[in-house]
Amino acid sequence: MKAIFTRRDFARLSLASLVLAAAVFQSRARAAGKADVKIDNFAFAPEALTVHVGTTVTWTNRDDIPHSIVESNGLFHSQAFDTNGSYSYTFSKTGTYDYVCGLHPHMKGKIIVMP
Amino acid sequence: MAKHDEDSGIDRRHALECMIWAGTGVLWTLSGGVPKSIGLVGEAAAAESKGFSFLQISDSHIGFSKPANPNALSTLQEAIGKVKAIKERPAFMIHTGDITHLSKPAEFDDANQVISEAGLDVRYVPGEHDIIDEGRGKAYLDRYGKGTKGDGWYSFDDHGVHFIGLVNVVDLKGGGLGNLGEAQLTWLADDLRGKPNSTPIVVFAHIPLWVVYPEWGWGTQDGTRALELLKPFGSVTVLNGHIHQIIQKVEGNMTFHTARSTAFPQPAPGSAPSPGPMLVPAEKLRSVLGLTSVKIEQGKKQLAIIDSTLAG
Repeated sequence: MKAIFTRRDFARLSLASLVLAAAVFQSRARAAGKADVKIDNFAFAPEALTVHVGTTVTWTNRDDIPHSIVESNGLFHSQAFDTNGSYSYTFSKTGTYDYVCGLHPHMKGKIIVMP
Repeated sequence: MAKHDEDSGIDRRHALECMIWAGTGVLWTLSGGVPKSIGLVGEAAAAESKGFSFLQISDSHIGFSKPANPNALSTLQEAIGKVKAIKERPAFMIHTGDITHLSKPAEFDDANQVISEAGLDVRYVPGEHDIIDEGRGKAYLDRYGKGTKGDGWYSFDDHGVHFIGLVNVVDLKGGGLGNLGEAQLTWLADDLRGKPNSTPIVVFAHIPLWVVYPEWGWGTQDGTRALELLKPFGSVTVLNGHIHQIIQKVEGNMTFHTARSTAFPQPAPGSAPSPGPMLVPAEKLRSVLGLTSVKIEQGKKQLAIIDSTLAG
């Protein structure tokens, strides 16, 4: 049998590489996933958020007063950000991350990072 | 309202008095731990008095420009205008924190410029809004930290009264409340050691040292440890800000008082979904902003606190 690519073979190969590319893209999309936490009325919503490793979580302040994000074990902390300001952090390891607002520490939230 | 009062340990009688004070600025004296109203501000000002007075302003939030008060600098200017108009010159002024809204250099500069127009010595303690610069408090200490310890606490004596400025806004953790910390409490114990119990004490800090409303973080988690150290003293006055409204209580020899903000009001504990800035009609704003004058009658253990609004 001659090793000649027919047009059909080529099409199949293209399709396969397309599927492969899509798969790669999907995993990258997951690795570079995004999630949001809104701050309204001195509360984080959702209060507990579950994401995959590599997800970038963005907190956005909808209050008339500045807030900040302070991870309870000192892993990360933001500057204070005022109305419509935001802060992002990318979680590169699994685990549960508790945080509070550094200005109003009765505001509590947690991010659960899954593999 | 009554329920919240019970929850926060404030009895109804005091809440009732607060409401009266909030509107009219009643002078009251403290004698043997029993507060007694002796008249309206006007009468009190006219009455001859011996002793000395000092002023408290709080929560000027310079830089705040949201609907609750689009111009916090102008209401501070009005407050300082009131200070300048006081006939009997106060000995000095204290500012119980949240000088600025975002700890920006320009905000500190603006606040200083306006406050200095009063021509009084001013003693500061920081609020949580004053230490959110990149250096997490460096900007505040660079300006106001001279002669202070730790994060900015200190004491001084004036007219035989011992004044203590405490810092309870640094390194706040998940407990939700203000925090003094071990180093400061140790310093406080040392500071009080050897003082005669007859020394009148005035303690001031940003967040209330007693727990007003824990759900909103209105209290100091280790505040009771500071108050224990102060218990032996015959006259203790605790002045705070942070909650942008007047709440008072008397417990034994201790009088607790929170001052109004010069910038914007906040809701009564539990009366709104959050403690965020309270929007009131523009024509009402000045009736919920104000300053506090404290008069100490020499040798009488009497203390008078007069709250006045920016209205009228």
